[in-house]
Amino acid sequence: MPRKPRLAVFKFASCDGCQLSLLDAEDDLLAICDRVEIANFAEASSDLQPGPYDVALVEGSITTKEDAERIRRVRVDSKYLITIGACATAGGIQALRNWGHVDEWVSAVYPSPEFISTLATSSPIADHVHVDFALHGCPINHHQLVDILVALTEGRQPRIPSHSVCLDCKHRGTVCHVVARGIPCLGPVTQSGCGAICPAYDRGCYGCYGPSQPANTNSLLNQFRVLGRSPDELVPLLRNFNATAPDFQRASEQLTILRDSKQGTPS
Amino acid sequence: MNSPDMIRVPILTRVEGEGGVTVHLRDGTIEKVELNIFEPPRLFEALLRGRPLEDTPDITARICGICPVAYQMSSVHALEAALGIQITPSIRQLRRLLYCGEWIESHALHMHLLHAPDFFGAASGIELAQRFPDEIKRGLNLKKFGNRLLEVVGGRAIHPINVKVGGFHRWPDKTQMAELIPHFEWGMLAAMDATRWVSGFSFPEYEQQYEFVSVSHPDEYPMNEGEIVSSNGLRIPASEYNQYFVETHVSHSTALHAVRRHENSSYLLGPLARVNLNRDRLSPMSRRLDDDLGCPDLSCNPFKSIVARGLELVHAYQEALAILQQYNPSGPACVDYRPRQGSGCAATEAPRGMLFHEYHVDADGKIVSGQIIPPTSQNQEQIEHDLTDYLTRRIATGATREEMAVDCERLVRTYDPCISCSTHFLKLRWEEAT
Repeated sequence: MPRKPRLAVFKFASCDGCQLSLLDAEDDLLAICDRVEIANFAEASSDLQPGPYDVALVEGSITTKEDAERIRRVRVDSKYLITIGACATAGGIQALRNWGHVDEWVSAVYPSPEFISTLATSSPIADHVHVDFALHGCPINHHQLVDILVALTEGRQPRIPSHSVCLDCKHRGTVCHVVARGIPCLGPVTQSGCGAICPAYDRGCYGCYGPSQPANTNSLLNQFRVLGRSPDELVPLLRNFNATAPDFQRASEQLTILRDSKQGTPS
Repeated sequence: MNSPDMIRVPILTRVEGEGGVTVHLRDGTIEKVELNIFEPPRLFEALLRGRPLEDTPDITARICGICPVAYQMSSVHALEAALGIQITPSIRQLRRLLYCGEWIESHALHMHLLHAPDFFGAASGIELAQRFPDEIKRGLNLKKFGNRLLEVVGGRAIHPINVKVGGFHRWPDKTQMAELIPHFEWGMLAAMDATRWVSGFSFPEYEQQYEFVSVSHPDEYPMNEGEIVSSNGLRIPASEYNQYFVETHVSHSTALHAVRRHENSSYLLGPLARVNLNRDRLSPMSRRLDDDLGCPDLSCNPFKSIVARGLELVHAYQEALAILQQYNPSGPACVDYRPRQGSGCAATEAPRGMLFHEYHVDADGKIVSGQIIPPTSQNQEQIEHDLTDYLTRRIATGATREEMAVDCERLVRTYDPCISCSTHFLKLRWEEAT
């Protein structure tokens, strides 16, 4: 029998939810451990083995100088590097600082800001090192994570669909909230993976799986504006967990330019 | 200055998030112990400013992937206080049910995969499963049904999507809720077996005098609503939290420490505190089990928090079962409201302890400012205090540094710290002053 692939899990700026997804694969967890060797996963095991690893799952974004160096070491140690979740793939909710003044933000949170050292931006892992595969979602879908790990042991490509949430609503038979109620929904431009749960729970999609490819975000936003939705409502919708994913960032910045030009203020 | 002999031991494992411990020694005695939290700051309070208040439960959930419901609950209750919203009994009950789901998945995870391995010298729950396959599989199933409950009520287990200010986006489907009932009947009994199993572990002898702090409610075990009480006689509404507790900032941590404002003393949150302050309000099966097990010293041994977690697991299963059996929602799933300028705060019980939120909102429905005090930053002072005390006793028994390094990790795990919440990256290291 061939050697089991060695798996490592690394955390950067994040909430822990995506690596927890691996432990949330309750029915599959012990079976996965038969197929891969968990060589370094601090949240689950005290047995932390040094690299090299066959695959590294990386959660979280880069927000400190130390982490920008650490991700390079992870890359050197790992044959395949897979980013898991919106923080690692797109910068996460903490990337909202990219539009603010980080020193002022730190002062707003910490009484002694001089103890805090952080970068002015939160950036995705791919800005720093080569990424072999990106799994989207805030949080990721643990069935997709299991498929990636199984694919790895079988030497095949992962089967991760890239269509939009909109199509999943049609599969589920969910009534379209944009058409029926005129509420903004990012389903048409958001990557599948969540199961189209927000529309099924009577709310619009807020894009936590990031932009689908291709995503005609401007066309969708034009339709929302026809429906009477203002940039003040649409900008926060685009600026949440995947705010700096290029498609969403471009769209939100165009909206703010339009808004500010109407108000006669410089953008 | 530090002497050149510094021992580095592996990073603190089997906790949520990453951090480390530095032990300062002088002349062979423990001088000071610091819990180092280097988790990169994500600046949630700052990034919320100027956003629509409706975004708060979805955004604050992202503070923690283990206890997102706690963040959603404290945030919606605080905002509802600011807006003068009164929720309906049906909404209130469904929120308790959602919280039960989070307590179940978090407690079952901690008991079986994070904490239990320590009692058998195993590196992980997966390794422990080779020795106790039935117990670990039972634990995973207990965890699973907590997650299924979160999925049915909240839409998904991590970062649920159904919670909103004023209530829920939609009532959960009655058929799906009914389908959970047999699993919760199994779960209540299985949780009792799991608690009996952990109560038979061999616990280190260690006792500490704590000031326990928790939310407390006259008629129910604390989750969403109640006063803040302590074992030293404190009893205050959540709105007075900042008069009695204060956050301080220390250089070795990106998390803020909270202490009692006037006494400048540490206090303990979490299952041990809740059980000790609210024991008579545990569910009938949980109380019966508590009597059977007879753990009189449960109150002062942090290592026995695993038993307290078990009692709460039974409670959460029994309460969830009762709510599922009665589930028949009426009226709208959400109370309408108009934005207005105001301030509000709330304390609710996350699986690992009390979580305080306060918000100021403007007349346009935007967040002006917020304050979020997670349970782990409130426990941090107590953890450091206990580490110093425990290691001092261990040194007196002639324990080696390697043994004490293991002790350090084991003791820290008993508090189920959630380091992502507080803010990463804990390396345990020894520094000896000359």
